[in-house]
Order: sequence, then C-alpha cells, then structure tokens
Amino acid sequence: MEKRVVFHSRTLPYLLVAPQIVITLAFFIWPASQAVVQSVLTQDAFGLSTKFVGLANFEQLFADPHYLSSFYTTVFFSTSVALLGISSGLFLAVQADRVIRGAMAYKTLLIWPYAVAPAVAGVLFLFLFNPHLGMFVFALRSLGYDWNHALNGPQAMFLVVIAAAWRQVSYNFLFYLAGLQSIPKSLIEAAAIDGAGPMRRFWTIIFPLLTPTSFFLLVMNIVYAFFDTFAIIHQVTKGGPGDATNIMVYKVFRDGFVGLDLGGSAAQSVVLMVIVIGLTVVQFRYIERKVHY
Amino acid sequence: MVENRPWMTFFTHVVLILGIALLAFPIWVAFVASTHTLQTLLNPPTPLLPGGEFFENYYRALTEGAKAVGAPVWSMMVNSLVMALGISFGKIAISLTAAFAIVYFRFPLRKFFFWLIFITLMLPVEVRILPTYEVVADLGMLDTYPGLIVPLIASATATFLFRQFFMTIPDELVEAARVDGAGPLRFFKDILFPMSRTSIAALFVILFIYGWNQYLWPLLITTDESMYTMLIGINRMLASGDSQAEWQVIMATTMLAMLPPVAVVVLMQKMFVKGMTETEK
Repeated sequence: MEKRVVFHSRTLPYLLVAPQIVITLAFFIWPASQAVVQSVLTQDAFGLSTKFVGLANFEQLFADPHYLSSFYTTVFFSTSVALLGISSGLFLAVQADRVIRGAMAYKTLLIWPYAVAPAVAGVLFLFLFNPHLGMFVFALRSLGYDWNHALNGPQAMFLVVIAAAWRQVSYNFLFYLAGLQSIPKSLIEAAAIDGAGPMRRFWTIIFPLLTPTSFFLLVMNIVYAFFDTFAIIHQVTKGGPGDATNIMVYKVFRDGFVGLDLGGSAAQSVVLMVIVIGLTVVQFRYIERKVHY
Repeated sequence: MVENRPWMTFFTHVVLILGIALLAFPIWVAFVASTHTLQTLLNPPTPLLPGGEFFENYYRALTEGAKAVGAPVWSMMVNSLVMALGISFGKIAISLTAAFAIVYFRFPLRKFFFWLIFITLMLPVEVRILPTYEVVADLGMLDTYPGLIVPLIASATATFLFRQFFMTIPDELVEAARVDGAGPLRFFKDILFPMSRTSIAALFVILFIYGWNQYLWPLLITTDESMYTMLIGINRMLASGDSQAEWQVIMATTMLAMLPPVAVVVLMQKMFVKGMTETEK
C-alpha cells in the first residue's frame, strides 16, 4: 500500500525519521550485534585478552546440563502459564458474554488486574505464600501440609506460575470477550432451535470459531511467559531453590550480571534472539490479525 | 442469551462474582496488611479486615520509606511518573514523525529504515541486557532520567499503528492542503496531528502502563537510591538483609505502586481497550 500523493523535500524526511533511527541503532542494533560478536569470543580469567573461539560458547552451552534444565524449566513454565491463563480467561469471557445485566461492571472488574505490574503481582503472591507469615501457608499448615517455596522446587514453580497467570487472566478475558462478541448471534440461535444445549453449542460452534483468537493468545502468552515474567522470578524466587525456577531470561541476567560470564551470557542472548525472531515470524505470518472488539 | 433459563443466569452471575473475588483477593489482602502494625502481621493468621494503622503506614511509607532503603516513596513515585510519562511521550513523538516521513515522502533508504524499525520488535531488552547496559554506561547515562527513558522509546508498534492510520486518511486532504499552499510541516501540524488524537490517546494509555511497569531496565541502571522507581524500591525493601522486612510499609508501597496504572485503566477503559486491540493485533 502506497500513498498516491506525497510531499517533496530532500532533507525533511531524514530529519523526521532521525530520532527513531538513531535510538534504534544505538540501543537496539548495536547492542544486539555486540551480543552476537561476544558470543563467539572468550575472555581470560582477568579480562585482559579476548580471543575468537567460533561456536565453542554455543557448544559449551548446549552441553551444559544447567542450560538444558533451564530450557525445560522455561518450556514447562510458559506452557503452564499460557494454559492456566487462557483457560481461565476463556471461561470467564463465556460467562460475561452471557450476562445482560451489569455487563459493563463485570467487564471493568475483570480487566483491571492487567494494569498491575508483574513485579507487583510477584510481591502480592510472595506475601500470601510467605513461609513465616503468609495467610495461605498458615491455612495449609493447619491442614497438615508444609509450605516453604524457598526450599521446595515444585512449590516455587507453582507459586511463580500462578503469580504470572493471575495477571494474564484479564488480558485473555479481554480478547476472548471481543472474539465472542463478533460471533453472529444467528448461528447460536439456529443451533439452539435445533436443540443443542449450551455445552454442545460451545464445543461445536463457539470454540471452533474462536480458534484465531486462541492461537493469537497462545503466542502472546508464550511471549509474555518467556520475557515479561523476569520481574516475577526476580521478586519471588531469584531462580531458586537451586535451578527450579531459573527460566532462560533470568539465567542470562544471573550469568551475565552476577556470574560475569560474558561469552556464555552473550551466547544465551543469541539463542533467545533466535526464539523471539521465530515467535515474531509466527505472529506475523500465521495469525489472523483482525481482532474486532 | 438465546433461551431463558433462570437457573443458568443465576449460575453465570455466581461464577463471575467468584472469579472477580478470586482475582481481587491478593490485592485485598495487600490492602488489609497495609493497615495493620508489623507485629500483627508477624503473628499469623493475617486478619481479613482492615486495621487502624492506615494513615500511619502510608504516611511513613511516603515520607520515610522502609528502613532498608534510604529513599522515601514519594521520590520513587516521582521517578516512576517521570519515567512513565517520558516513555509515553517520547515513543509517541518519535513514532509520529517517523510514520509521517515513511508514509508521506519518497526518499532513498525509506524501505531500509522501515525494516530497521521493524527489527526492534524482535529485540526486547531481555535478549540484549549486557551490551545495552554497556552502551548506556559508556554514554554516562547510568542513574539519570535520560538513561531510564531514552533506550526504551524506540517503538515499532507505535510507528506501525500511526502508519496504518495515516494510510486511511484520504489523499484529497493532502491535495487540498497543497492547493492552499500548506507545506508538509503545516499539513502535519494542522491536519494530521488533530486527526490522530484518538489514536494518540489510546496509545498513551497503553504506553503509560508499559512505562510505569518497567522493571528489568531500571533494575540494571539505577544504583543510587534517589533514582529508584517504585517497583525497584519495593524489591530493595524486600531484600532487607538480616533485619525483618517491614511488610506493613512494603504493602502500603505496593498499593501506591498499583494505583496509577489501575486508575488509568478504570477511568479510561474505552481508550485502554481500543489501544490494546489496535496495538497488539
């Protein structure tokens, strides 16, 4: 798509794009290329000399059991967050779509948690599940179940998954409600006249028609779980106990800033970049990008 | 509703109310905790109803902060606000002009610039943490407002949104403007900008929340307590070392940190929904 009528100027267009381009080059393209360069270099123990090592950093990375376990942890974490968030969002959206009285109020009350920062969501759940004073921990103890996510890996994973999914429920709800409202009522009515009950109508008509929305949300939730949950991990578990919640984004940070392993951290950055590029391609090529509200 | 089933309507309302209660529960508990003394919180079970320390706790948080951090929450709030507004206005400004250039001019490298901006979508801060930190450190921007804001304001999403919108504006408007003797800047200022107002407002709501909720970037580049944003301040209060974390102050700070973005969503819900569905598709 191109404009038929345009303005003519030799210098003005360059001045207009300049700020965006300068910032992109300085803070995006240059650092990213640095990461790629560093990923094929290695430094000696004192940081005095660097030498080219080819793909050695990557070979080391993929042979490292910690990295592989971080990879599986990330996959498990993001799948759980996506499934939990999407199914709750869909369930609530279906209910809200049925409501006539008070629809606006329900919508507002279900949307606002999205505005809460992941870092804050982390703190909220950290407080509820604090081993010393958390309300839920107290309740669990009185039932005879001991909770300490600082020592128990699966408990820590459970905690970060619900903290991360909590906020996404609103996001998924918003898009599913939009999707539901764009389904023609005549389809549902026709099915009802033919004698299909609410459950049957949902599974044979509504759910299939929501497939584009579901696919879009699946990709967006995975992107969220991969990258935006850094704050939750950092607030709640710091990747621990051990490596139980050490997702890839957190590992890059921990190895680079705390461990100061530049080559290894850069190689991890490059792997993450490849993942984002893959997700972006999926997002742009295969997703029906018309979500009506 | 297709058919009238009173029992099901009732069930729907019950489910929705339960869902809302479940979603709001963590925040209710945080609010309750922010109104009690630390002593009460340290002896579980935590009460479910607010106590009488509301003013004490919030006043203490705003003016002093927790003992573990030497900065009061009001200064963190100012930092968060500057950062959120800086990012929103910065992104909108440079994306508007870039989209204007790309849509309304033909010049060499136009396609190249377009792709360069597109690539930023694939490079979130998380994948280039260390090198970006080095660039900002070399420029001497650690612990400064520009350091918090500028690296985050390049925006492919905003540029595309404005490009998309400009494409829908009829060519006749440009022709008419040119016949009347208006140059490109005049056209931008008097026609394009006023027409883009709703898009700008919708985008602003989304970007304000995005900016306010930034965590990783301020975590990396702020070491000076007077430059902490609210979210970083909360993190530092939690890491109080050997002494007891002051949960009543932390929870008051958490409530304050939530307030602005939640208020924006609730008060500008229409704009928020428009922004969400337009920027993310």
